[in-house]
Amino acid sequence: MLSSHQNVCSVRGDFTERVILHVDCNKFYASVECLHRPEIRDKPVAVGGSVEKRHGIILTRNEIAASFGVKTAETIFQAKQKCPDLVIVPPDFPLYTRFSGLVRNICMDYTDMVEPFGLDESWLDVTGSFLLGNGMEIAEKIRSRVREELGITVSIGVSFNKVFAKLGSDYKKPDAITEFTKENFRQKIWPLPASDLLYVGRATGKKLHNIGINTIGDIALCDPEILARHLGKMGYVLHSFANGTDTSPVVASENASAVKSISNGTTLPRNLCDTKEVALILMILSESVARRMRDQGFRCTVVSVSVRDSFLFSITKQAAVSPTDITEEIYAKVLDLFTNGYEWKNPVRALSVCVSGFESADSCFQLDLFHDEEHRQKLSRLDSAMDKLKNRYGSMCVRPASLLQDTDITDLNPYDDHHIHPVGFF
Amino acid sequence: MTYKKVYIDVITHFDKNGTILPLRILWEDGTEYDIDRIIDIRPAASLKAGGCGIRYTCMIKGHKKYIFLENQRWFAEGKAI
Repeated sequence: MLSSHQNVCSVRGDFTERVILHVDCNKFYASVECLHRPEIRDKPVAVGGSVEKRHGIILTRNEIAASFGVKTAETIFQAKQKCPDLVIVPPDFPLYTRFSGLVRNICMDYTDMVEPFGLDESWLDVTGSFLLGNGMEIAEKIRSRVREELGITVSIGVSFNKVFAKLGSDYKKPDAITEFTKENFRQKIWPLPASDLLYVGRATGKKLHNIGINTIGDIALCDPEILARHLGKMGYVLHSFANGTDTSPVVASENASAVKSISNGTTLPRNLCDTKEVALILMILSESVARRMRDQGFRCTVVSVSVRDSFLFSITKQAAVSPTDITEEIYAKVLDLFTNGYEWKNPVRALSVCVSGFESADSCFQLDLFHDEEHRQKLSRLDSAMDKLKNRYGSMCVRPASLLQDTDITDLNPYDDHHIHPVGFF
Repeated sequence: MTYKKVYIDVITHFDKNGTILPLRILWEDGTEYDIDRIIDIRPAASLKAGGCGIRYTCMIKGHKKYIFLENQRWFAEGKAI
């Protein structure tokens, strides 16, 4: 029996060519803020974190701020030096998440094959949507609908694979559509700098430059063995990307691979100088990751803690644990890793806690001879009661009393404030 | 001219198919206005007041006015003083 995809392709008489769109919201956070605040729309605007809490970097900026040279990820201080009249607005992630969903809903009107890549980007496979138009026609409909219905702009790349579609959405901005076909990609894509290709960052770009490769065309025409000699397995991958032979499918979000790890981290409002203070933050982070893990119905078998000191030097320590989803046990292990692994050469600037090695919370597991199982079950019931309270009345409604010792540093809510970052392409 | 977002109370009719039709609005100064006719309903952004939702194009006392249903709240585009 033919699959639905084959049926569709046979109707078109075309088994080989996919139609992939990459939809990228232009200056997403800044566009959403400017839409909601008409009074700042014609001013240079940047969305930035709180300077007092030392989250003071530019998350995104509008076109006017960009024309002053304000860049994403630079400090607010640096940005203000370039553009003294820069309007800084604090981020409103629930609003961005809502808009991201609205953009995705528009995309879902044209295909169910929508793969989100962070909050502001999605890939769409519209191969089977030919009754609604060809790739360019669907892209035009999405572009104009997002503009009229949501008041923000998107740039869209149309191509026959995901990598070129993403290149297309970066090629012309804002509010534009670019198509790379099998006929034109050599003329349009190959002259572009190698760094424009997905997975060519600063380090890879430098390595390529050192062997005389500066454009995507250079990568495409280079012997893949030479690339592999310098870049390892990624050499073959980049060669395939540059030649348009990437076949990775668009994976609809409901079919996305299972969660592999859950983590929360924070940069602290001030540097911490003793273990007692660090313990408070580790408790908050452990609570958040444990609750998120329980939401997903997992138990973890690996716990890790990352510490960044005031000189921006980072270390990560991890350990195996008996399968657990109990906050207290995760916290105890995290604290143990920190106290045994951090030498206090410098004050602590940032902390993060990660759990991984998941198994289902319903699966059987080996009990530990030396643990009091009755006590564990009590802790588990306590977590479950706390989760119910927090789900109903908000994450801050019940907290350990120890967190009231220093509300300057413990006033954070990682459970609700964690944001969606793009997952890896692979 | 500059505009502001004015949240308003709206008397609505929910029909058995789930369609929501505004019948009367209560402006911020307390004045009530009947909606004489709805001439268009579509998702749209309000660039004047800032926001987006379902836009109802209404005829009120011979004037064409937009009101928006955004996240379970109604708003209109009011003139800023």
